[in-house]
Amino acid sequence: MSMQPILELKNVHSGYGSIKALKGISLKVMPGEVVAIIGANGAGKSTTLMTICGIVKTEKGEVLYQGKVINKVSPEKLPTLGLCQVPEGRRIFPRLTVTENLRLGAFYRDDTDQIMKDIQHSYEMFPILGERKNQQGGTLSGGEQQMLAIARALMTKPKLLLLDEPSLGLAPIIVQQIFDIIAQINKEEGVTILLVEQNANLALQAASRGYVVETGEITLEDEAQSLLSNPKIREAYLGE
Amino acid sequence: MIQEFKKVWKQYTIGMLWLLGLLWPLLGIHPDGTMTFQTTFTVWTYILAGSFVCLVIYVTKVSGALKFFADPISRGLGNIKTTSTALPTWVWLAAGLIVALIYPQFAGRYGTDVAISVLLYICLGLGLNVVVGLAGMLDLGYIAFYGVGAYTYAILNTTYGLGFWVCLPMAAFFACVAGCIVGYPTLRMRGDYLAIVTLGFGEIIRIILNNWMELTNGPNGILGVKSIGIFLPVFENGFTFEHFWMKKLQLFYYFALGLAIVAAICVHRLNFSRVGRAWESIREDETAAELMGVNTFIYKLLAYAMGAIFAGLAGAFFAARMRFVSPESFTFLESAMVLCMVVLGGMGSIPGIILGVAALIALPEVFRQFESYRMLIFGATMVIMMLFRPAGLIPAKRVGTRSEEKEG
Repeated sequence: MSMQPILELKNVHSGYGSIKALKGISLKVMPGEVVAIIGANGAGKSTTLMTICGIVKTEKGEVLYQGKVINKVSPEKLPTLGLCQVPEGRRIFPRLTVTENLRLGAFYRDDTDQIMKDIQHSYEMFPILGERKNQQGGTLSGGEQQMLAIARALMTKPKLLLLDEPSLGLAPIIVQQIFDIIAQINKEEGVTILLVEQNANLALQAASRGYVVETGEITLEDEAQSLLSNPKIREAYLGE
Repeated sequence: MIQEFKKVWKQYTIGMLWLLGLLWPLLGIHPDGTMTFQTTFTVWTYILAGSFVCLVIYVTKVSGALKFFADPISRGLGNIKTTSTALPTWVWLAAGLIVALIYPQFAGRYGTDVAISVLLYICLGLGLNVVVGLAGMLDLGYIAFYGVGAYTYAILNTTYGLGFWVCLPMAAFFACVAGCIVGYPTLRMRGDYLAIVTLGFGEIIRIILNNWMELTNGPNGILGVKSIGIFLPVFENGFTFEHFWMKKLQLFYYFALGLAIVAAICVHRLNFSRVGRAWESIREDETAAELMGVNTFIYKLLAYAMGAIFAGLAGAFFAARMRFVSPESFTFLESAMVLCMVVLGGMGSIPGIILGVAALIALPEVFRQFESYRMLIFGATMVIMMLFRPAGLIPAKRVGTRSEEKEG
């Protein structure tokens, strides 16, 4: 493949003090792809995303975004480069209204007219948010909060969107809805997506490629379909 | 019907017995070793009777026995509420301003003096509101910047003879610098840790003021700080400006009023700006704010510096009014007091803070006749207020108030 990956991790180590969470993660994401990282609790999935965003510092190895090393770039600069994360547990701003949450997604932008249009566009994409635009974020239901978190991240105009456990704590019907939205964002808006999930079945159905993380290391990398039919994966992550 | 309120009466009985147990050691045990029961019992009976009446009214109201009486009242209150919201905000602001302007003409010397304190604390409270209410950082050493402002004016005035108007921006500047110096190392922490570190830094500044004899004259304080000088037009022998020292209390009142109004406008403008939005996002979720592209460190430092500026301005004015500064005025208790005002009034809400300050300055004055029970009543009032209005007297309005929503 001659194409340049939009995101590449080369032997990345990181952790929290003496606890080493990542022990040499290497992965590649190509533009336009949906890539899933699956693994059990505490395998280092969320830490991988937090390390990409610079919230957890890289101790060894390199994180390349569009061919440039971003290890030393401070986290708040990344949205300006088109890299944005929807963090685990949504983390919307609970006491700010839906509109204010969206405004914060566009914090680094100063094109007010376009921001207003983008907010309207979010409401078209997520009509329920439009209905509740003056409601405080904390009063929304779990699924609505997840939609708000995704809409807020889209306000940064990302090229690459990192999604951390979008299905966490949601009813199955809502989860399906969220994954439909993710597919829509990928196809219609052309956003590359790196997805972290415990729900391996859903994630691999939505993704084109997948990585399996175990105790801070990548143990398997394959096309999503072949991972789904891999007997080992079926046993370990799909409960068969 | 009696059954429904059985629980209420049971809790009331337990509560009153607990109060008796609490009161007796306070009032019944004397330092000379004697133990009496009479005073305790008298005070307790008063409280018992008072709260009994309140409870009976509450119970009859809940059970609906007072409907014929309560309904017209609540309807009347509802009417007042609708008419008050029907009037535009500027009418209320103008009315408040007029009352504030003519207040010293009616209040005596004592009343004006209390009002100046209120206005000064409003300035402090609004400054702390930026740090605590908007950016969500618990700052327990806030009064240190008030001290820096006061000492800046006192030292520059007594040593170099600089006038108040030159020193006012300098006091703000030095307080801001102090805020940045203190803020830079502390703002890496979050939550409880930040509170403890700011508490420590607040004490450090006070102890420096207390011990740096050459500069601050230590615990003796600095005497002979000049009052505020103003130029007034004089029409004798043609038209000239003449220099006066501000001595009349009323002039101080108007100056403090101006300071408080400037602070209120600044905080209001900040709140509804991009900066205010960044602060609120940091308060809500720091990591999420960072992921959305908010430079949390710079904005936290800015909040700290802005808060310190207001404290510095108030401090310079304080020094000019008292004409004396000493480290005693800048203890932790003062920080806690300002924090109480902000929390009691409603974090992030400007009218709330004004009311909170007025309540906390005025209450101890009103209860002066109760002498030693004053602080007890003060504490009880605080507890009751926090029970019934946990978000503050006037909670910050959060829904649909942003300018951009009106645009869109």
